[in-house]
Amino acid sequence: MTRPDLSEPAPAPDPTGTPVLEVDDLHVEFRTRGGVVNAVNGVSYSLAEGETLAILGESGSGKSVSAQAIMGILDSPPARITGGGIFFQGRDLLTMPEDEQRKVRGPGISMIFQDALSSLNPVYSVGFQIGEMFRAHRGTSRKEAKQHAIELMDRVRIPGARARVNDYPHQFSGGMRQRVMIAMAIALDPRVLIADEPTTALDVTVQAQVMDLLKDLQRDTGMGLILITHDLGVVNEVADNVAVMYAGRIVERGTVDDVFNNPAHPYTDGLMSSVPQVEHKGGRLLPIIGQPPNLAAIPPGCPFHPRCARRRLEADALPGRVCDTDVPPLRLVVPGREAACHYSEEVLGA
Amino acid sequence: MGRYVARRLLLTIPVLIGASFLIFALVYALPGDPIRALGGDRPLSPAVQAELREEFNLNDPFVIQYVKYLGDLVQGDFGTDFRGREVLDTIEQRLPVTVRLTVVAIAIEAVIGIIAGVLAGIRRNGFLDNLVLVSSTIIVSIPILVLAFVAQFVFGLQFGWFPIAGIGDGWYSYLLPGMVLAAGSLAYVARLTRTSVAENLRGDYVRTARAKGLPKRTVIVRHTLRNSLIPVVTFIGADIGTLMGGAIVTESVFNLPGLGRAVYDAIRAQEGAVVVGIVTLFVFFFIFFNLVVDVLYAVLDPRIRYD
Repeated sequence: MTRPDLSEPAPAPDPTGTPVLEVDDLHVEFRTRGGVVNAVNGVSYSLAEGETLAILGESGSGKSVSAQAIMGILDSPPARITGGGIFFQGRDLLTMPEDEQRKVRGPGISMIFQDALSSLNPVYSVGFQIGEMFRAHRGTSRKEAKQHAIELMDRVRIPGARARVNDYPHQFSGGMRQRVMIAMAIALDPRVLIADEPTTALDVTVQAQVMDLLKDLQRDTGMGLILITHDLGVVNEVADNVAVMYAGRIVERGTVDDVFNNPAHPYTDGLMSSVPQVEHKGGRLLPIIGQPPNLAAIPPGCPFHPRCARRRLEADALPGRVCDTDVPPLRLVVPGREAACHYSEEVLGA
Repeated sequence: MGRYVARRLLLTIPVLIGASFLIFALVYALPGDPIRALGGDRPLSPAVQAELREEFNLNDPFVIQYVKYLGDLVQGDFGTDFRGREVLDTIEQRLPVTVRLTVVAIAIEAVIGIIAGVLAGIRRNGFLDNLVLVSSTIIVSIPILVLAFVAQFVFGLQFGWFPIAGIGDGWYSYLLPGMVLAAGSLAYVARLTRTSVAENLRGDYVRTARAKGLPKRTVIVRHTLRNSLIPVVTFIGADIGTLMGGAIVTESVFNLPGLGRAVYDAIRAQEGAVVVGIVTLFVFFFIFFNLVVDVLYAVLDPRIRYD
């Protein structure tokens, strides 16, 4: 074996350590014929080794776009990163030469996607596609790369790895395909793994297995995990911290327990009320009324105000905290919790 | 796969019989009397005419004529033309010309079409993309007959870059006819490649390839082109058969002594045996290359299996 560290557990994660990844005031826009779509508007977060950060939001909230910006795989045009920085181990990926940036993808940061079937190339065997990581980044020979691929397939618990290494993606089940994606992503021991809705396309039982696998791998390697999802259950089970996104901004951030038990933003509050819960069986679900905003025309002030039951307009608002004119900054509302609402204290107290 | 190929080959037999029957019927239905026309201004004597009619079964009812022809064919006898030349000899002599013309045309079509299509697809809406779009639309809109005469006049006669007709200059004489023959397909290949590349570039697995940190070259060549060229290769394969049959106009305009030219002459002289023999051969090539394409398709795309 050339890589004995493959199966050995890494040192225990240190959640208080310096961040391995920092996103600072990231702005991404799409220039389309219909105008400029502001997909990400000043998102900042950081991720420590061994930490699992869930990024929660509806479709179009900018969660996937910000992840793709980190990976440097946005389609540009039409996408353009118009501001901010993305620091991996202290180095800004956005100012790095393209070739340097490329070398971070895989060994530094890697990513898995929602639909493993379309995300794997149909005309190459899974072994080839996993082995490609070693060949491209380490110059490993084809034969050796395949050996590594078999080990990785074992590691992500694909039964009969040796026999299946030459099979094609379409010959695997959905869960196994996602494992292939995971094997590919962790091949070079990345320090950060971004999982973009990794279980959305899978059956519920398989979802749990895949999430367990991700958690186990994270424990073994100490990598940071960014979990992009709209599934509150998954967040609750696996994440340490959560950032809730709305209209391309982070509207609330804190530990999962805090945020889930006592939301500080009306949007988060609405999300929690819209989830069926066993103890409330028979009760009514409370959907958030209205539609997510059009990112080409985000409402002035707080982007959530048109849908917010607690909004305060001119008449009853405090000065400088009028919901439809003043943009609420993301601010510390209680220790360890940030929210972007003028009236978070009231939401918390409710 | 072996069983599949065997079954497909077996299926060609009824197709060939059906095709030959249709062609035979069409030649039979042509107006005029081929034997009387043989002598031109000095008609053959009635006795000779009667003898020829007897020899070529022209007095028999249509169906009997066909059955007799088929009976000979099964024994490997392709028959003769009215002058007593073996049809098989004609084929042997003329096939190489048509094959060379087709090879040149396919090479032009594949090389230029794919390169233009790939470059256009990678830089969508760029200058080259628009150039390919405009020029391919123009080419597709011009009938091959017009294109052939214009090319012959402009490049052969006015500029003198290419021989005007005949095969006196070896492979070089096939270049201009080859371009004319390939033109329509070339435009189609460029468009097909362009669309396929552009579509694949947006594909999820290309995004994955980029996320893997693969060099740009690898992302394009290995993860985009390989997939994009599957429909293109299958089209080009199937086009071999089409071009061989389509060579009739090109060979006639450029006076190339190939099978297409032979068919043209034979139709005018109502030489049933010659027309049926050669056109059935075209049909066979067409079926054969389509089979090759289907097999190739399974090789290129592991999702396709014929079991």
